[in-house]
Amino acid sequence: MNMERTAQMTAAKITVCQRTHRNPLPGFKLSLGYCLAYLGLLVLIPLSTIVFETAAMEWRDFIAVVTAPRAVAAYGLSFLGALLAATINCIFGLMLAWVLVRYNFFAKKLIDAIIDLPFAVPTAVAGIALTAVWGPNGPLGEPLGRAGILVAYARLGVLVAMVFVGLPFVVRTVQPVLEGLSVDVEEAAATLGAGRVRTFFKVILPHLAPALFTGFALSFARALGEYGSIVFISGNMPHRTEIVPLLIMTKLEQFDYRGATALALVMLLASFTVLFIVNSVQWKTKHRSVSFANVLRVRSFLKG
Amino acid sequence: MKPAMDMTARAIRTNSSKGVSDPLWLRWGLIFTSLCFIFMVLILPLVVVFQTAFRDGVPNYLNALMDPDTVSAIKVTLLAVVIAVPLNIVFGFAAAWSITRFDFPFKRFVLSLIDVPFAVSPVISGMIFVLLFGANSVIGGWLLENGIKVIFALPGIVIATTFVTFPFVARELIPVMQSQGADMELAALTLGASPWQMLRMVTLPNIKWGLLYGTILCTARAVGEFGAVSVVSGHIRGETNTLPLHVEVVYNEYHFSAAFAVATLLVAMAFITLGIKSVAEFMEKSRASENRKRTLEAAQ
Repeated sequence: MNMERTAQMTAAKITVCQRTHRNPLPGFKLSLGYCLAYLGLLVLIPLSTIVFETAAMEWRDFIAVVTAPRAVAAYGLSFLGALLAATINCIFGLMLAWVLVRYNFFAKKLIDAIIDLPFAVPTAVAGIALTAVWGPNGPLGEPLGRAGILVAYARLGVLVAMVFVGLPFVVRTVQPVLEGLSVDVEEAAATLGAGRVRTFFKVILPHLAPALFTGFALSFARALGEYGSIVFISGNMPHRTEIVPLLIMTKLEQFDYRGATALALVMLLASFTVLFIVNSVQWKTKHRSVSFANVLRVRSFLKG
Repeated sequence: MKPAMDMTARAIRTNSSKGVSDPLWLRWGLIFTSLCFIFMVLILPLVVVFQTAFRDGVPNYLNALMDPDTVSAIKVTLLAVVIAVPLNIVFGFAAAWSITRFDFPFKRFVLSLIDVPFAVSPVISGMIFVLLFGANSVIGGWLLENGIKVIFALPGIVIATTFVTFPFVARELIPVMQSQGADMELAALTLGASPWQMLRMVTLPNIKWGLLYGTILCTARAVGEFGAVSVVSGHIRGETNTLPLHVEVVYNEYHFSAAFAVATLLVAMAFITLGIKSVAEFMEKSRASENRKRTLEAAQ
């Protein structure tokens, strides 16, 4: 009796809610309140320290820190390295996605699972492992060293680490789109006389372009901020193999908080610009929003 | 109808009708190149980790793991995980619930805030807490006067870990709850369920695999975080070193096999993460297709 009454009352309430366009689900204030308080305390207040710290700086000092030759060398390495790594990841990521979606071969499931390894392996472990592989005595570093190519403790090493950490992003953004690409389109292209190469460049690639671009940007942003794996393999020589996050770290260790903050601001502006461009491109193409972490789950979601 | 269509599509795909399949040489060329790439970039580093860890024999491997500093690093790491992960699970659910079930202004802004730790370099993530709680700051100075040390101490490690890992659960749950919609929850309420009953019997069972996966990712990152924790920890051996920091310390002392021995623990964790991820993905997929089948049957 009591149950029935409550049910009727709730039903009535829901009808009222629908008529007045109010949401009948419980917990709005509690959940949003908790969410906003958490974000405020953990994100907004700490991030604002960067603004305050820089605001306390003289403009001239700021410019001096930001344009110091050592800093400029670090920007060059970080940005060029991240660009190159993202490009390599796009090429191999597209190939891996293609192979995983279109072909069948031995241990395919296992390879598919292994792709996420750079997400799961701590960066410090990745760093020492990559250094061991590409170092002077490593299985790949030794033959390359004999050929005169130094990887670890050189700029190439930075690139290797950046490729490692960014690889899954491209595969995981391109894979679901490729899975969703209907074979009909390709058949139509083939029927109309297009060769395989032409079909790929005129039909498939344009369709994959937004996802590929997103993967590129995510991989770029990750490579730009990466610290853990790179410090082990790069050798950390100022002006030569020093990346921006490491320079920030060095300044922090010398208690030069102002200098560290100024460099951090430059990096933040760079990564936010990248994210902004990604978002606007996605918005333009009306491509399913693949924001940073969505990549991690986008596959299971689209399959489901 | 739909399964039949799926089957036709699959038949077309496997029966390699002319024009949509790649020639054999290309097929095997691409597969071979991919496997070589995967081997060089992903598999070989792992092989080397285990090879180096056991280079000096099993007793030395065990010694490296039993070392008091290693044990203390494990404890510090676990402490950070035990505090950060539950906080982030609650946050993740609260964020997903408010974002997917209600409309409010500045929703996009809130969503972008959730992405901040992914967009920011780990070093910067650590730095903002040094600025906030460091000895020179207002809050940090006040806390120090009252005997609470945040930076170069355990609280700093916990806070930095929480910051770096908070988006994972939210980011996992938001799409899952978005795609499910609120129909089942509304139905439960209409049928007289209390909010608590709705949560326990409708909402949670529907999101359990997404929640599990998000939690696992969050935990893996909490255990493995290096950059942010490195900034705030102060590297006090046996006190404020987490496992990844301990790996670095040992490695920089040229105890390579010991460093790799500790690293095997973290690699094992990575494998467990990937394993649970595969299971969760599979279960989520079968749950979704089950739901779809049931809806289809109900419609007929």
